[in-house]
Amino acid sequence: MNFQEALFKYLLILGDTSLILGQRLSEWTAHGPFLEEDLALTNIALDTIGHAKTLLEYAAKVENKGRDEDALAYFRNGREYFNVKLVEQPNGNYADTMVRQVFMDAFRYHYFKALCNSKDETLSALAQKAVKEVSYHYRHSSWWIKRFGDGTEESHHKAQNAINNLWRFTGELFTPDESEKIMEEENIAPSLQSIEYLWKEDIQNLFKEATLSIPENTYMQLGGKQGIHTEHLDYILAEMQSLPRMYPDAKW
Amino acid sequence: MKSEKELEEIFEKKLANNEFIEPKDWMPEKYRHHLIRQISQHAHSEVVGMLPEGNWITRAPSLRAKLVLLAKVQDEGGHGLYLYSAAETLGISRDEMIEALHAGKAKYSSIFNYPTLTWADIGAIGWLVDGAAIMNQVMLQRTSYGPYSRAMIRICKEESFHQRQGYEIMMRLALGTPEQKQMAQDALNRWWYPTLMMFGPPDDQSPNTADAVKWRIKRETNDQLRQKFVNQTVPQAEFIGLKVPDPNLKWNEAKKGYDFTPPDWNEFWRVIKGDGPCNKERLAARIKAHEEGKWVREAAAAYAQKHNKEMLVS
Repeated sequence: MNFQEALFKYLLILGDTSLILGQRLSEWTAHGPFLEEDLALTNIALDTIGHAKTLLEYAAKVENKGRDEDALAYFRNGREYFNVKLVEQPNGNYADTMVRQVFMDAFRYHYFKALCNSKDETLSALAQKAVKEVSYHYRHSSWWIKRFGDGTEESHHKAQNAINNLWRFTGELFTPDESEKIMEEENIAPSLQSIEYLWKEDIQNLFKEATLSIPENTYMQLGGKQGIHTEHLDYILAEMQSLPRMYPDAKW
Repeated sequence: MKSEKELEEIFEKKLANNEFIEPKDWMPEKYRHHLIRQISQHAHSEVVGMLPEGNWITRAPSLRAKLVLLAKVQDEGGHGLYLYSAAETLGISRDEMIEALHAGKAKYSSIFNYPTLTWADIGAIGWLVDGAAIMNQVMLQRTSYGPYSRAMIRICKEESFHQRQGYEIMMRLALGTPEQKQMAQDALNRWWYPTLMMFGPPDDQSPNTADAVKWRIKRETNDQLRQKFVNQTVPQAEFIGLKVPDPNLKWNEAKKGYDFTPPDWNEFWRVIKGDGPCNKERLAARIKAHEEGKWVREAAAAYAQKHNKEMLVS
């Protein structure tokens, strides 16, 4: 894997992760638990898909094969998508969505903060903008985790179930793919190990406050970064890509 | 203390002087009820209207189109919020309004009981439906009730932006591949008459118009607005090579407007009464979201009570 290939793959990991998370969040639009929350979630989806667009634009430029961000988003199949498995998990109930979200928000917050110091100027500029947005997302999701954990018996139960179910996908966030290792050596990507330390500390403190617990001895499910996904991803893509695939010559 | 007759005179004088009626001012009960009905109906329309458009967010054909549509649907929800707040100044709570919607007692714009079947429908809603809504809303910026007027001023700015975005989608399709052009024409064919219905029944069959005009809640009649819309929209369709589906459409030099076929008013009343293509689905989706959100709202309330903190309204 040469530098250019590694950078391209690395940008796809980041871009695909944002895109699939944004796509999942946008499924909630018009169906949220109340109007203010519907708007907040839609706003978070907007920011997240905005990050995806910037990252995939940059990936297309690095690849330099005449593809643009839409070609990357709409004309790759599941095996060519490199998002982490966590983001493709179904929305479930609102606790399932918020637990998935708080895992991702805590991760993205520390990740983008570190990425501000990237040697790559495009990424550092993106990170500086994104970290402000994600710090709001993180406040929002951790606000809900506290309320679910320490709200009613039902909400506590739902949140704990969601944690028990989703915890197995968190390890992948911190397991570097070859491209990420190369980017870290080049001072372009932050060290996932240092992010993991900060992330765990935050999540432990948050869950403690929320009276929620972290499951022990969980086997971590990997593979998304190699394009080996759960069965959910292809349904997301089938829906998302249907129009451009049906009319490949059309411009929208 | 002033007598009711004196209060009414003050109210009438304000109307005559083009002054706003504000929440603390005395107002006739009929005026209050008319406003609650109209503003809550308007708020519900914004929120129910999120459903047909939200239907295409996950399938928007480019990342840019997806972002634009998400932002648009978010704006609609925001309009719902301002309007619920404006209605609350008249002494009704949002919960009561939502309950009336879910019980089928409060109406929302019938246009949202039509399905969005293709991507072109998203263009058609922006161009035609938002276009028609703007005609109504521009007038409402000068409506007599202060909070409603101020909400409408804010809403109008965003709606005209939406209309341009919708027209842009239609233009891209109309100038695109033959299949895209066909998709655009098909959407215009399906949305044209339902959009004309949005202005309400003909003036001689509109039960609320007289009061609304007298109180300066409305300032133009349904038929006047409908004519204005047709005059504006026909050249826009022609400009992108689409055909308005009306064989009788003809410019009338004497009235400086188009003659056109009125919509099928039987269909209009049928959809209002609940038998439109999506009435059941729309209401079911709103009720489902509300019911599935119940434990979420309860958790927030229970936590707030335990921790004595304010609810977050982001």
